[in-house]
Amino acid sequence: MREEKHVLSMLVDNEPGVLSRIAGLFSGRGYNIESLCVAETMDPQVSRMTIVTKGNEPIVEQIKKQLNKLINVIKVYELTGQEYVQRELAMIKVSAKPEHRAEILRIVDIFRCKVVDVGLDHYTIEVTGDEGKLAALLNLLRPIGIKEIARTGMIALFREAK
Amino acid sequence: MELTGAQILMKVLKDEGVDTIFGYPGGVLLDIYDELAKTDIRHILVRHEQGAAHAADGYARAGGRVGVCLVTSGPGATNTVTGIASAYCDSIPIVVITGQVPTHLIGNDAFQEVDIVGITRPCTKHNFLVKSTEDLGRVIKEAFFIARSGRPGPVLVDIPKNVGNKKIAFEMPGEVKLRSYNPTYNPNMRQLQKVAELVQKAERPMIFAGGGVILSDGAKELTEFARKNQIPVTTSLMGLGAFPGSDPLWLGMIGMHGTYRANMCTGKCDLMIAVGVRFDDRVTGKTDSFAPQAKIVHIDIDPTSIKKNVPVSIPVVGDCRITLGHLNTLTDQIDPNDLQQKRKSWLDQIVEWKSTRPLDYEQDKNGPVKPQYVVEKLYELTKGEAIITTEVGQNQMWAAQYYHFERPNRFITSGGLGCMGFGLPAAIGAQVACPDELVVDIAGDGSIQMNIQEMATAVQYGLPVKVVILNNGYLGMVRQWQELFYGKRYSSTCMDCAPDFVKLAEAYGAVGLRAEKPSEVVAVLKEGLFSSKTVIMDFRVAKEECVYPMVPAGAPLTEMLLV
Ligand SMILES: Cc1ncc(C[n+]2csc(CCOP(=O)(O)OP(=O)(O)O)c2C)c(N)n1
Ligand SMILES: [Mg+2]
Repeated sequence: MREEKHVLSMLVDNEPGVLSRIAGLFSGRGYNIESLCVAETMDPQVSRMTIVTKGNEPIVEQIKKQLNKLINVIKVYELTGQEYVQRELAMIKVSAKPEHRAEILRIVDIFRCKVVDVGLDHYTIEVTGDEGKLAALLNLLRPIGIKEIARTGMIALFREAK
Repeated sequence: MELTGAQILMKVLKDEGVDTIFGYPGGVLLDIYDELAKTDIRHILVRHEQGAAHAADGYARAGGRVGVCLVTSGPGATNTVTGIASAYCDSIPIVVITGQVPTHLIGNDAFQEVDIVGITRPCTKHNFLVKSTEDLGRVIKEAFFIARSGRPGPVLVDIPKNVGNKKIAFEMPGEVKLRSYNPTYNPNMRQLQKVAELVQKAERPMIFAGGGVILSDGAKELTEFARKNQIPVTTSLMGLGAFPGSDPLWLGMIGMHGTYRANMCTGKCDLMIAVGVRFDDRVTGKTDSFAPQAKIVHIDIDPTSIKKNVPVSIPVVGDCRITLGHLNTLTDQIDPNDLQQKRKSWLDQIVEWKSTRPLDYEQDKNGPVKPQYVVEKLYELTKGEAIITTEVGQNQMWAAQYYHFERPNRFITSGGLGCMGFGLPAAIGAQVACPDELVVDIAGDGSIQMNIQEMATAVQYGLPVKVVILNNGYLGMVRQWQELFYGKRYSSTCMDCAPDFVKLAEAYGAVGLRAEKPSEVVAVLKEGLFSSKTVIMDFRVAKEECVYPMVPAGAPLTEMLLV
């Protein structure tokens, strides 16, 4: 059976230990976490957690059931297969030798990113976008020389009916 | 009303109907033990905290209520982990209350501090660290609610010392409501309609029942369902007692050491109704060849159990008792004569399997005592009415095969974890829950030494549990695998030194008896079972007897090694 990426969006109790219950479930049962993001929602007692995982159909079904079984998990939504918007934020420190500086700024412009820090031999670029955009940007910057990168992991929400 | 945390704890425990606690005190529990002594809750002082957890487990199973244990921080808490894990695997409702260092010391590597909530996260249904006295009452209520509802399980509550001695204004919390926890008791009726149709159509149906039927109190409904629809029944180890062992539809246990006919049925059936089971690998053998011709209906309250290990045609999420009740109504219309005709050749086939390949052993009059013989005699002498706990290994399998149960909650074994040392403390718990019943631990010589210290607990509280040791001088089940699959290389399975169990019993103030010849077995059993004291009976049995049938690990169920 094919392994595919699945995006799960969950509402969980905003309490200490909840993250560790969820992370422990994944590690204990040998499930993958590609990325995990969590922060408070409008209701301070509830957090939203977005998990990107990889697995075949039965595994992902089991993951969803196991998550639902945790007492602190209020609701699990699977976004994959639905209409949803996804974003990730990354900060990319690229080496910026004089001969590359113009090229980098052109790329930043095309991708509608921002330069948030400049030095004698680096730019730090802030970018948000979906997976495809980030991958394309990284592809262009890689030959120039990426020094460091920090990514948030994906967050996502359902699209509402128009 | 102003109360300390310790007083609040007692109030809520009383409100939850707790009459017994299995526990062991320590520094951070002094306030709680001081209050406990002022209540009428019975405290059973075990000799090791693992014993407290197993005893609470045995108490819960025999008594049909939540078992409670109370242990101190650090080592007291870690000692319960095996018992908690066993209860978790078998879905047994217990509440484990652990003392913790005061909140201001948590995280400082204080004396006897361990992160027991972290340690037990994967082996509890849920757990709590109570950070303030204000939360204590509510948390205890939630712990009991979670432990007993849905698919039951152990819940741990960690109470820091200062939470126990702070005084606050207290009011009993109301009914527990958890927005994120809402087990599904009522099944989807459309699914059930489909099940009823399959039942009517099937020519070779079987029921495979498990611990879920017992936990949901659904044995009566199961029996009615099987009888009116003429469906033969097997159970997992955990399900023994869910269906009467004397019924002609009874197939015996399924799985690695299941009966020939039960395992053969899985190979040939066209419909399997699985209820309250989780398709453990000890049950299914090779999953690809499990019930290859059958449509599988799986009824369970825990959605994660369904389709986890085997594909299922009709999943039904719901409480076993409620669901079987509905099925009984839905199958009311089926014509019994029609069923009888449809099932005839199937039931005949089963009778043939049973008569050609029964569970079997031979007791030579002058040979060594066969362990199966001891269990069979125990069954006869107690008329199948005893509560049986077991240790783990061959003793456990012989108990399951040769003791037949008419009723649920009479067979108490560490099924999922397979935890040696379970039987004696569990027997103590069962005896506390059912003081008027005969409680027997069927034990191995290896396992019994893992929690033998609980003999002192039994004697101290006048609990007349009977320990029947099938003493083969070996870690027999492991030796059996070495004999069959490792060229008889008995690596570290021979117990070269064992205590004299008769003297050991006497040293604890209990009665010790021994049988070495077949002719002595019945006399020793009679004397031991009908004594009013705690008794150890040491049966010196054939050393290299194996448990048969046996399905080698990972083989199809129908490929059994037979005697
Ligand atoms: C705590 C624990 N340790 C190890 C095992 C592995 N194990 C399973 S059965 C068995 C042998 C048990 O020996 P004994 O109690 O004498 O029972 P017998 O099989 O001889 O009847 C062992 C070591 C286990 N199940 N539990
Ligand atoms: Mg042994």
